[in-house]
Amino acid sequence: MASNYTVTPEEILAISGVNPRRCMKCGRCTATCPAFAEMEYHPHQFVAMVESGRIGELMNSRSIYRCLSCMACIERCPRQVDPARLIEAVRLAVERKQGGNHLIPDQVPERLEPDMPQQLLVSAYRKYTK
Amino acid sequence: MQKIGVFVCHCGTNIAATVDVEAVAEAARHVPGVVYATDYTYMCSQSGQDLIKDAVKKYGLTGVVVCSCSPRMHEKTFRKAVDSVGMNPYLLEIANIREQCSWVHKDKEIGTKKAIALMKAAVAKAELDSPLTAGETPVVKRALVIGGGIAGMQTALDIADAGYDVDIVEKNPTIGGKMAQLDKTFPTLDCSSCIVTPKMVEVGQNEKIHIYSYSEVTNVSGFVGNFKVTIKRKARYVDETKCTGCGLCTEKCPMKKVPNEFNLGLNNRSAVYIPFAQAVPKVATIDPNYCLMLNKGVCGLCSKVCGAGAINYKDTDKEIEVEYGAIVAATGYEIMDVSKYDEYAYSQSPDVVTSLEYERLMNAAGPTGGELLRPSDHKRPKTIVFVQCVGSRECDSTRGGKPYCSKICCMYTAKHAMLTKDHYPDTDIYVFYIDVRTPGKNFDEFYRRAVEQYGVHYIKGAVGKVTPENGKLIVQASDLLMNEQLTIDADMVVLAAAIEPSHSARHLATMLTASMDTNDWFTEAHPKLRPVESPTAGVFLSGVCQGPKDIPETVAQAGAAASKVIGLLSKDKLAGNPCVAHSDEMMCTGCSQCADVCPYGAITYVDKEFRMRDRTTKVRRVAQVNPAVCQGCGACTVTCPSGAMDLNGFSNSEIMAEVDALCR
Amino acid sequence: MVYNYFPGCTLKEKAQDLDTWGRRCAEVLGVPLTEIPEWQCCGGVYPLSKDEIAIRLSSVRALIYARDNGGTLVTLCSACHNVLKQTNFDIADDENFSLKVNNYIASDGQEYHGETKVLHYLELLRDVVGFDAVKKAVKNPLTGRKIGAYYGCLLLRPGRKMAMDNPENPRIMEDLLSAIGATPVIYAQRNECCGGYLTLEDSDLPEKRVKRILANAKAQGAEMLITACPLCFYNLKKYAEGTGVEIRYLTDVLAEALGVKEG
Repeated sequence: MASNYTVTPEEILAISGVNPRRCMKCGRCTATCPAFAEMEYHPHQFVAMVESGRIGELMNSRSIYRCLSCMACIERCPRQVDPARLIEAVRLAVERKQGGNHLIPDQVPERLEPDMPQQLLVSAYRKYTK
Repeated sequence: MQKIGVFVCHCGTNIAATVDVEAVAEAARHVPGVVYATDYTYMCSQSGQDLIKDAVKKYGLTGVVVCSCSPRMHEKTFRKAVDSVGMNPYLLEIANIREQCSWVHKDKEIGTKKAIALMKAAVAKAELDSPLTAGETPVVKRALVIGGGIAGMQTALDIADAGYDVDIVEKNPTIGGKMAQLDKTFPTLDCSSCIVTPKMVEVGQNEKIHIYSYSEVTNVSGFVGNFKVTIKRKARYVDETKCTGCGLCTEKCPMKKVPNEFNLGLNNRSAVYIPFAQAVPKVATIDPNYCLMLNKGVCGLCSKVCGAGAINYKDTDKEIEVEYGAIVAATGYEIMDVSKYDEYAYSQSPDVVTSLEYERLMNAAGPTGGELLRPSDHKRPKTIVFVQCVGSRECDSTRGGKPYCSKICCMYTAKHAMLTKDHYPDTDIYVFYIDVRTPGKNFDEFYRRAVEQYGVHYIKGAVGKVTPENGKLIVQASDLLMNEQLTIDADMVVLAAAIEPSHSARHLATMLTASMDTNDWFTEAHPKLRPVESPTAGVFLSGVCQGPKDIPETVAQAGAAASKVIGLLSKDKLAGNPCVAHSDEMMCTGCSQCADVCPYGAITYVDKEFRMRDRTTKVRRVAQVNPAVCQGCGACTVTCPSGAMDLNGFSNSEIMAEVDALCR
Repeated sequence: MVYNYFPGCTLKEKAQDLDTWGRRCAEVLGVPLTEIPEWQCCGGVYPLSKDEIAIRLSSVRALIYARDNGGTLVTLCSACHNVLKQTNFDIADDENFSLKVNNYIASDGQEYHGETKVLHYLELLRDVVGFDAVKKAVKNPLTGRKIGAYYGCLLLRPGRKMAMDNPENPRIMEDLLSAIGATPVIYAQRNECCGGYLTLEDSDLPEKRVKRILANAKAQGAEMLITACPLCFYNLKKYAEGTGVEIRYLTDVLAEALGVKEG
């Protein structure tokens, strides 16, 4: 997986279009995050860690697959830091390299349930694969 | 032949670090018309000024160019200096080589080149300068204060104390402002009412002060020393001169379901009302939106019970015009609307309140008589969560957020927490903060007392969501130091909503031609050296209308504004600004464009007889400038299509000479 | 007036109820929907990055078609609506994004700058039909039914771009519920995420989320929740069993009130 591979903060900033230096460390993102309990690194930590260049750790963390892209942190961030965009950028950085896909098509059939909407598969694919 | 002297200031290293000042002086020596040039560390100092004065005398200078800071800073200083040695002050020019040169450049070579160019432009203008003499206008010895909160009251009292007449225009039926709504004040915890209501009485009883309550300023014309102000006295349907404030009408009024604005809608009042017991003037007002008589023509009860015969249902808005020498804006602030921040559920639960509402809930004169009961079920809250910075310090204005810190919230929240704990020690209190900001005398000690002595839980983090459920408010929040997400079952949530300028301020600023910043706070003439003056002469700033402040700061600024007003009113005459426009009547075509663009209404048109070459006479419509009203902005000169308008001190030929010098 | 309609993949398959009743109700209300030809999947969730262009092109093509055929594009699925509206907003707002997109579509001889008006079905009802007109068309008012609107995350966020309603205290679905005679139930969790696509990989979180949402709705008195999102519908329904809270599509309930569908 991502163990020996890292990207620079600049690359993350280019993908996300976010300036983490705008963060005033208020914690509204982490307060609002519905996936908090599932995350090793929480939204406010993402911002601080991208800012300080600790991106390798984020790339190896399952936290990047737990963000729901629900945009609550984007809506409520008072500084337009939009942590979900940084999380997405780190995940994309992982997926864009060889073998970086988180969702492998062979695994999908066993997880299917009859009522699952197409939207679920499409969005999961979009989020978890290149 | 002109004899110009050039004086280049180092301003310590402010200029000298980026501009080779000696090179500028040397370059000046080679400019035709310059007979003397030198540089000096601080030209504005006494010895710097002496340097200029001596040179004027020694070389018989006909013009002076000072290369220094912005003319806003020291033009006056240097004009005074040359005036003292007999030179007309308008023969002095400033080349701004600090704000517009050294401060914006890093490269010394570029900076020096630009400074030389600016110097040459100023010399070119100085060569064409002609002596100007300011006219004089009398000063109306009366001041207007707009807004009757603590700022306006203090300013009015201080002006009156110096012996001048002051009028207060207050849009509400009573003076007193926000301070009258507060329970206690930080950091001393003295009762707000006990200190503000005597002030209100003092204002009401002062012979020099006249209060126009329930009134608004609708028009301002004129200029410093001679403002003409139109005041709209809104119909209150009660004759102020007859009403004794007995309150019988308010008791008998059958329409009792009107949201009480003094208690922020937490309870109701009657349609005829006196805002609160200590109101000044203590006069009833009929609310035309709710009065049955005014809306349906039935009732008339208040008129029947009024022993003084003060009720007048036929009352109408009236406008009066008053002249003033000075105007003070003291329009204060409002609490921001938090309905767009409804993750805190303010619109979804009555138990989520703003801090000012909480203030009323703790106030002995408030809707609960000072007993802390939550609005939904009138039970005493056991767990209270305070949320800081709601709408403050935001860079996204989609929800109405403000980029600034509202300044007062940290302290009043500490106050609310302590007062609550004082009355009900078993209350659990959480304060979610980004930073605790408590600079000020005894401020940090005050906040620390809340933490150390009262055991208020201060949590570095934020609230993300408030979910009203089963009579509780489920607060989901972050604790950043613990790296945790918390859930607190609270009984009340108190939002420290941002403060914003009074919604009437923008319109008022337009009338006063006073400038505002992007947040609609009034702008001061200089952020450090002229903090209580607006850039418009004769208009002064008092209190929060200029930016967030607490009470002591407001009172201090109110006094400062008063002293500026007193300084102005103490003069019998004011020297006008000679840099005003004038029109060449022979060239004027009477097109009116100048009058259309003049922001001060200084230009009028007259029909004038002119002798033509063939000895006939012809009547032509031409522009005339009232020099007392003209502020010298120059809008007319650039608009005039025929070139008839020109500005003293900034004539078309002078400006062109500057441009020529720069382009050479 | 033509109301171009982008149904999206799910409405053609698992969420046919949402689609069928939506179209039938629109007809009854005098705003028939015209499905655009050869639409392609919107992608299901809006990319939060700045540098993914290609996957937004299918949305752009739908937007171009709508621009050239009346100027309005209506969607019903929350996800499609979110993707289409955000793409439309960004193309008008983000110069760099617009430039890159236009470079792609130039090969088809196309140009696009966000001219299309994207409407959610709810906006169509509120702003074009009018809730008063909806009310007049009701045949079977849902009197006494306590119904909560479930917005989820995609319908309203980000508020700046969706510009549909106050994202923290919306009322558009509540107003619709009032118009069809029901009693809307306000509950704070109505705009909190259901767990979304995580359900494919790890259903713990969606389960927790949905139970929290249902508990809040129930505590506030809701007997039913309505939604415009097939994924929310799926997640909600999965854990609603035994709670006594019924989960339905908003068009399904609307159809019942308008007498289009047997109640």
